[in-house]
Amino acid sequence: MIIAKNITKQFGKLKALDDISVQCKKGECIILIGPNGSGKTTLIKTILGMVIPDSGCITFNKKDIANDWTYRSQIGYMPQIGRYPENMTIGHVFEMMKDIRADKVSSLDEDLINAFGIPKLMNKKMRTLSGGTTQKVSAALAFLFNPEVLILDEPTAGLDPIATEILKEKITLEKKNGKLILVTSHVLSDMDELVTEVIYMQDGKLQFHQSIDTLKNETGEAKLSKAIAQIMSKQSK
Amino acid sequence: MTDILQSRILVVYTLVLLVTALSLFGLEDNVNKGILSLLNIVLILVPLFSIIFSTIYIYNSAEFIELLVSQPLRRRSLWLSFLIGLSVSLSLAFIIGIGVPILIFQINIVGLLMMLVGVLLSIIFVTIALLAAVQIRDKAKGIGMAIFLWMYFSLLFDGFVLFLLFQFADYPLERPMILVSALNPIDLGRILILLRLDISAMMGYTGAIFKDFFGTIWGLFFSFLILGLWIFIPAYFSTRKFNRKDL
Repeated sequence: MIIAKNITKQFGKLKALDDISVQCKKGECIILIGPNGSGKTTLIKTILGMVIPDSGCITFNKKDIANDWTYRSQIGYMPQIGRYPENMTIGHVFEMMKDIRADKVSSLDEDLINAFGIPKLMNKKMRTLSGGTTQKVSAALAFLFNPEVLILDEPTAGLDPIATEILKEKITLEKKNGKLILVTSHVLSDMDELVTEVIYMQDGKLQFHQSIDTLKNETGEAKLSKAIAQIMSKQSK
Repeated sequence: MTDILQSRILVVYTLVLLVTALSLFGLEDNVNKGILSLLNIVLILVPLFSIIFSTIYIYNSAEFIELLVSQPLRRRSLWLSFLIGLSVSLSLAFIIGIGVPILIFQINIVGLLMMLVGVLLSIIFVTIALLAAVQIRDKAKGIGMAIFLWMYFSLLFDGFVLFLLFQFADYPLERPMILVSALNPIDLGRILILLRLDISAMMGYTGAIFKDFFGTIWGLFFSFLILGLWIFIPAYFSTRKFNRKDL
């Protein structure tokens, strides 16, 4: 569904992405891992067209995304740090997003809005929200328009255990519906039951892209976190 | 856009313009003198407010822009709607603040010309502000740049021209001066209005040449074309830059 070929991006002297090629198919749940500053968020932002790569190309459903914008109506994006206009209320933000996107989708998916208890907060201004509540708004927005692809950047950071559980259930449900889910996370235990593929990045380079089963077989570990830890320690040697 | 109109600062700006215009017309017994004083204030205040308000507005909307860029929207339409929103609100403030007093005291060609020049200057400095804001990531630097640009157009440029005139005093520079004036929208606006006030005689030979040129229909057409370019060129480059910007 999403194919990235030889993506390179340089920020000043720093090579944020170095010749990255990835393929993501429908129904997969891919976890993107790597140390801080390894280029995970940059990769996500290039897929969303927020960062424009220096070279390489990305296709979405076989269509090149450069100079195209319509494909984004099929992506739900939850940013790592959701930043919203401060003097807007939650209600306004939802209204505005519906204005932008609603004509392209038939049904709205308001599960998360209700599960997180957002309707009670609709009149609150964005600047008064705690980090966790802002994350809930971001998550609800990402799922609201029933997108084919969900891109979640550190979805569980800042969420309380109950909210994390709700979000995990929602992700599992959407995965069953055959959606492509792309997640970055450092809290690997959160994602153990969900993930089907693992992409590991370091210093802007793609270290490996494997299915979770191969990975577990190779390392002989049953837990994702342990398998990754083993590989990370191998690589640092 | 409605949030721009709701902004308290914009309301204050409108009121300041309104009070200045009314008091100037009230103080001077001669409306022509009134409009001359008003002209000087308009040419300083309007670009200053326009450029600084727009720059700050864009920087404060950084999160908002980031959010919208990840949505199915064309980047160009996103940027142009910011541009149009700012232009319309600032023009509206100008029309209420200066236009209403002009309509009360001086409904003639000079008054209308001044309204038109004021609106165009508001829009020109919105596009210049947007160009500065899209080039510079850092907010403090960006606002500094906006202030510098304003200083350049309202003070430094004139000093530079004066310097040139003195250096080349032996040459006939009157005609090239017409071209030089096109390089600064504020000067262009000033010349356009001064010539209508019949005081160009005080400007000596250059004034006569200006009158010959800008006084004609073609001159008028030329000046508005240049002012239009001052809107179009920065708008074009800022949109191009925004299309390729990493957020």
